[in-house]
Amino acid sequence: MQHLVSLALESIFINNILLALFLGMCSFLGCAKNIKTASGLGLAVIFVLSITAPMNWAVNEYLLKPGALVWLSESFVDVDLSFLVFITFIATIAGMVQLVEMLMEKFSPALYVSLGIFLPLIAVNCAILGTSLFMEQRQYTFAEAAVFGFSSGIGWFLAIVSFSAVLQKLKYADLPKGLNGFAINMITTGLIAMAFMAFAGIKLTEG
Amino acid sequence: MSIRSTKSYKVFMTPIVQANPIATAILGICSALAVTTQVLPSIIMVLAMTFVLSFSNVTVSLLRHVIPKNIRIIVELVVIASLVILADQFLKAFMFSVSKQLSVFVGLIITNCIIMGRAEAFALGNTPWYSFLDGLGNGLGYGYILVVVSVFRELLGSGTILGFQIIPQSFYEMGYTDIGLMVLAPGVFITIGLLVWAQNRYLGIEGHG
Repeated sequence: MQHLVSLALESIFINNILLALFLGMCSFLGCAKNIKTASGLGLAVIFVLSITAPMNWAVNEYLLKPGALVWLSESFVDVDLSFLVFITFIATIAGMVQLVEMLMEKFSPALYVSLGIFLPLIAVNCAILGTSLFMEQRQYTFAEAAVFGFSSGIGWFLAIVSFSAVLQKLKYADLPKGLNGFAINMITTGLIAMAFMAFAGIKLTEG
Repeated sequence: MSIRSTKSYKVFMTPIVQANPIATAILGICSALAVTTQVLPSIIMVLAMTFVLSFSNVTVSLLRHVIPKNIRIIVELVVIASLVILADQFLKAFMFSVSKQLSVFVGLIITNCIIMGRAEAFALGNTPWYSFLDGLGNGLGYGYILVVVSVFRELLGSGTILGFQIIPQSFYEMGYTDIGLMVLAPGVFITIGLLVWAQNRYLGIEGHG
């Protein structure tokens, strides 16, 4: 149990999916202007991540890993489909995003309109695919995969909301020409990343 | 007619200078940030990226009259993912150590917005040859930013370029130390921010807020 808690804290603060691993930057920079859109997108990412990470874990465990098909027949023990990992993961993710999009259009049209083009773009959000790939590479168990997916989502949410809050203040700043826009956004993100790095000193005792 | 006025030249050069995918369109930053701690993996990444980008553009362009409009995103993803598998298997077979270093970021080429963006915005409406040039140009436009960033990061962060020591030993003896921050996450955000500022000044763009 304590192991899972420390994994969660680590992926939210220390190895933040956005600020330390650089995943999901495009929608991060595109959607942060309005704090409402930012938090809506953040919630969508948490939701999609906590579903796709365990789902892709199951796909990898029972279909793709070397020897994973042994439950079908003993003769499949040598079959290794792990090179198909990219294409199956992205298919699962695209399917899930489609589902979320349909649900959101039905139950929260306002959020659906304000997210606009960025909802389909979650399908190509590297944070989602990246989490699944890291999960496969680090050979997590099912519980670890579920916790990892959920807390990565929380980390992404925290990062985009705090960035969006800083941007609100920056609107009134008088910046040099050319620095305005993308350049200052990157530098701001750098400063936020530096703040998150302070968590790196925290070590949880292993029980 | 000089080569500069042909359409091919224009299609090829625009993404490198005026409409650079990273600096002006804010696309495909994830991998640009993650692999640039050293120069060598960045170069390999650029090659893999350019390969996938130009050939996915060509394939999508060849299929553009066949793909039904409402499932085009899935079709594009399948094309891109297959090309990425090719690139990944190639790297694993011939450059194992670099492929270990790039780890999941080769796979993440699939979700790089530049590829999807070019397929949507260019390849769906143009002939294969121009799409190929567009892919090549975007790949190189992406590449030069990556290489410049990685040169800064490797030089200031570890004092080397491509593994060769550039900053002389005597500097270290006089008390110079590498900037550890450059290797970590914040360093790259700030480097890219400053680079884009410089490019905006050079091109006279005011920046878009």
